[in-house]
Amino acid sequence: MINFVLLFSRQGKVRLTKWYSPYSQKERSKVIRELSGAILSRGPKLCKFVEWRGCKVVYRRYASLYFCMCIDSEDNELEILEIIHFFVEILDRYFGSVCELDLIFNFHKAYYILDEILIAGELQESSKKTIARLIAAQDSLVETAKEQANSISNVIAQATK
Amino acid sequence: MLYIYMLCYDVDFGHMEAISLISAPKYPEKQVGYIVTSSLLNENHDFLRMVINTVRNDIIGRNETFQCLALTRVGNIGGREFAESLAPDVQRLLISSSCRPLVRKKAGLCLLRLYRKNVDVVNIDGWSDRMAQLLDERDLGVLTSVMSLFIALVSNNTEAYWNCLPKCVKILERLARNQDVPQEYTYYGIPSPWLQVKTVRALQYFPTIEDPNTRRSLFEVLQRILMGTDVVKYVNKNNASHAVMHLDPEKEMMSQCVALLGKFISVREPNIRYLGLENMTRMLLVADVQDIIKRHQAQIITSLKDPDISIRRRALDLLYAMCDITNAKDIAEELLQYLSTADFAMREELALKAAILAEKFAPDLSWYVDVNLQLIDKAGDFVSDDIWYRVVQFVTNNEDLQPYAAGKARDYLDKLALHETMVKVSAYILGEYSHLLARRPGCSPKEIFAIINDKLSTVSPPTIAILLSTYAEILMHTQPPDPELQEQVWAIFRKYESYIDVEIQQRAVEYFALSRKGAALVDISAEMPKFPERQSALLKKAEDTEVDSAEQSAIKLGSQQQMSNALVVTDQHPPSASVPVSQPGPVKVPSQNLEGSSPDQGMAKVNGTVDKIDTQPVPSADLLGDLLGPLAIEGPPGTTPSEEQNPISGYEASSNSTDALALSTITEESDSVQPIGNVADRFHALCLKDSGVPYEEDPYIQSHHGRLVLFMGNKNTSPFVSVRALILPPAHLKMELSMVPETIPPRAQVQWPLEVVNLRASRDVAVLDFSYKFGTIAVNIKLRLPAVLNKFLQPISVSAEEFFPQWKSLSGPPLKLQEVVRGVKPMPIPELANLFTNLQLAVTPGLDTNPNNLVASTTFFSDSTKAMLCLIRIETDPSDRTQLRLKELIKEYMISVPTASPVPTPSPAQLQRQPPPVGDPNDPGAMLAGLL
Repeated sequence: MINFVLLFSRQGKVRLTKWYSPYSQKERSKVIRELSGAILSRGPKLCKFVEWRGCKVVYRRYASLYFCMCIDSEDNELEILEIIHFFVEILDRYFGSVCELDLIFNFHKAYYILDEILIAGELQESSKKTIARLIAAQDSLVETAKEQANSISNVIAQATK
Repeated sequence: MLYIYMLCYDVDFGHMEAISLISAPKYPEKQVGYIVTSSLLNENHDFLRMVINTVRNDIIGRNETFQCLALTRVGNIGGREFAESLAPDVQRLLISSSCRPLVRKKAGLCLLRLYRKNVDVVNIDGWSDRMAQLLDERDLGVLTSVMSLFIALVSNNTEAYWNCLPKCVKILERLARNQDVPQEYTYYGIPSPWLQVKTVRALQYFPTIEDPNTRRSLFEVLQRILMGTDVVKYVNKNNASHAVMHLDPEKEMMSQCVALLGKFISVREPNIRYLGLENMTRMLLVADVQDIIKRHQAQIITSLKDPDISIRRRALDLLYAMCDITNAKDIAEELLQYLSTADFAMREELALKAAILAEKFAPDLSWYVDVNLQLIDKAGDFVSDDIWYRVVQFVTNNEDLQPYAAGKARDYLDKLALHETMVKVSAYILGEYSHLLARRPGCSPKEIFAIINDKLSTVSPPTIAILLSTYAEILMHTQPPDPELQEQVWAIFRKYESYIDVEIQQRAVEYFALSRKGAALVDISAEMPKFPERQSALLKKAEDTEVDSAEQSAIKLGSQQQMSNALVVTDQHPPSASVPVSQPGPVKVPSQNLEGSSPDQGMAKVNGTVDKIDTQPVPSADLLGDLLGPLAIEGPPGTTPSEEQNPISGYEASSNSTDALALSTITEESDSVQPIGNVADRFHALCLKDSGVPYEEDPYIQSHHGRLVLFMGNKNTSPFVSVRALILPPAHLKMELSMVPETIPPRAQVQWPLEVVNLRASRDVAVLDFSYKFGTIAVNIKLRLPAVLNKFLQPISVSAEEFFPQWKSLSGPPLKLQEVVRGVKPMPIPELANLFTNLQLAVTPGLDTNPNNLVASTTFFSDSTKAMLCLIRIETDPSDRTQLRLKELIKEYMISVPTASPVPTPSPAQLQRQPPPVGDPNDPGAMLAGLL
């Protein structure tokens, strides 16, 4: 299973984290520090797997962002490599050629998408269409709720005038 | 707030607000609440308890989106408490047909999470049918989730899910033929690769399929996957090899697979190379494909020079795994060569592996020494002490090897910059055996001394200690003494007499005093006796470092078998032995223990948390049984007969054999000269292992003072409390146990040093009364400590001229005793001699002309007496033995003792005759009386 998902930029700034195994706050920041150091120092021609503390970390670089996933040592690395790519494709489709800024400003969206792909460290859905549909449905729910709130506040505002 | 958190600041405020958001009725608020809790808190957080109820309401509620949110959240951070309260609801969702696939797939993974946290949530009996149903699912999303759940279930209990097997094959077939797979699930032209991987993985857990139909279709599918695997489109390949390795040996397929892997490792793309190497290693563990893989050896060795450390590691692993007698030489040389260029992170591992390979597969012994010396030379910093101890041990045990090794060591010392470890080994070997090369040019004692002395100024204290011993040895071997050399050595000794390190100071003083005595030195610093063969510490270390996983537990078993085989091979290497030291017993026992315990561990792992509680030692009777099992059966042959005679309880028998084991670990101690101070280090702890409570004892006794270190390890996850240990010493021993801690924390080991002083001779045994509480269960164990009389003996060899006058000078009891033993199980002479050696009695062959007699001698130490010489003679009657075959062997033990020399453990039935003292007029009578 996947122990955690980590996204960080080339400067080592963390953009997204998701932990599927329990780590305390302290451990989390330690892990991030260690891993970003280890991965950032690797050259582009090397393979995408790093052994680390009895686990394997699979990472992939997209432009300035590194996507890392930590898996148990007996898991299949290629599978994970493809999951990363799959995640990126969905992000890409959702944001329309995704970039780091999208993830910074819409980080909650990224979390929702990740939640649709992975639960409990396992892949739950491998169809892009389904996921896109679900996310869209969620968005529309939020929109309607917002509109409702707006209209209520409008009503109140008008009434108080 | 989440944003703040993501920037890596600690957020410890606002949790309460987030939780109240969860219970809000509106979707956006709820959504934010869930996401904040799930990323900020981890599963052990207290706040989470407060939300269980809300979450539950959401799950059983009607609103689908809320259900999804709640499930996702539980799936991501659900802990044990969630598992207890929510599992039934989640299960209902998963199997209900009214829910949309969207909810069901989430429920599936959510259940997986809960299952991992608490295995009891899934009732095995009912679930195998349901699982089978679920695997019929058409929607691939749900199927993917269900498959993940299925893998987890199956890995814990294969038996129960047999009926699902055909379904898995069917799924795989469906995917491979691309039938009925919606367009959206094809990923780069491959129908849902992830599901394929998962299915194959699930299949791994099942043993070979018997139903020919299923088997054929599976075979076809795999064939197809393999064939369709293009090197470029590599998503699937790993997949396939995974599968093959757990299928039965379809020979043809195997070779195909390896050929494919061979292609992988020669590709330029690093990812693929990595995978190729890794999978080859895996396949090696399962199947018999060594020959095929060997063809790729050159390629693998090239990978060892890859710029990427991950790949290098894999290549190293693979090389290590594929090594056998035929290619060991090449591979070890390759490793050595590589060692000088490898980077630091890997060197230690590399050195260890090279040493193990050299030991395991050495075609001849000199090669072994060569490799190891080179190893030490090249990677001194990274060679652990174990390695060089092992080398020394090997050299000591093989006489043929000694001159060769000494020569080599001498050559190495000529080098200018030399690593300290190398200095240690060379100095040690030269000290012991340099006299063997005295005739070669440049190897006279003086020259050797000069070379070694060059290094003295540059090394650290432990090495200085060894060097000092070396000087003493050189001095001793120089016959006739060379005054000039003597002067030099003495100067050094004198210099170190006031050295700050106590050990060195002591050595210097002692050697100085000894060397003045001249002839006495010869006796004392005689060659080291052979080390008893035992399992190489290296192999053990390697086993420790092996990571075991549920998947590999079966594989591991196999490899362990191999290891112990290898062990036996190495044991046979020392062919020469003037005294038959061969000790199958001690060697066997540890390995037996290992084998016995590791499957257990493996099992415990596989079963995960279920078994944790069960495997703990509930009744102490069981525990004793466990302790007894491996030991009693595999005890050294010498002691077995006597154990049979012992009409004592089983447990005592076990501790008897413990004693016998302990004997073998004590190799040589003398009160004045200790060639190296590492004897204690070398002890293989005798392990009486049980999955719950291991006892390891590590006795180390020197003259009449002894030290025993008890290692108490707690391998459980919860602490042992109210630990108590009491020692009930017999009258003749004074024992002091240091403070015993109240609790032993989980997975920790504590040491209790124990001081033992021998006051006088006796056959009683000290008992350790040890009790602790584990949870609510109190355990009390009585252990006999291996501080028995023979521990205070030190073998000494006596020449015929010395022996007979002394023997004759003793007459009549109480000092000279003679007894005739009847009704003893016959024991061949070599075996008897063996037993004596174990008991620290030096057997002197050829002293008595009658081959049926055995003569031995030893020195006995106690507080009240000085060192006393004990002589023993045993006469056996061959005619009697042949006549009566089984039982009636007549033995006579004539023990000539200053005080008392019993043959402690194995002698209850033996009679002893003890002649009077020679030179030590020390009240032997009383002791003897006590003895008999």
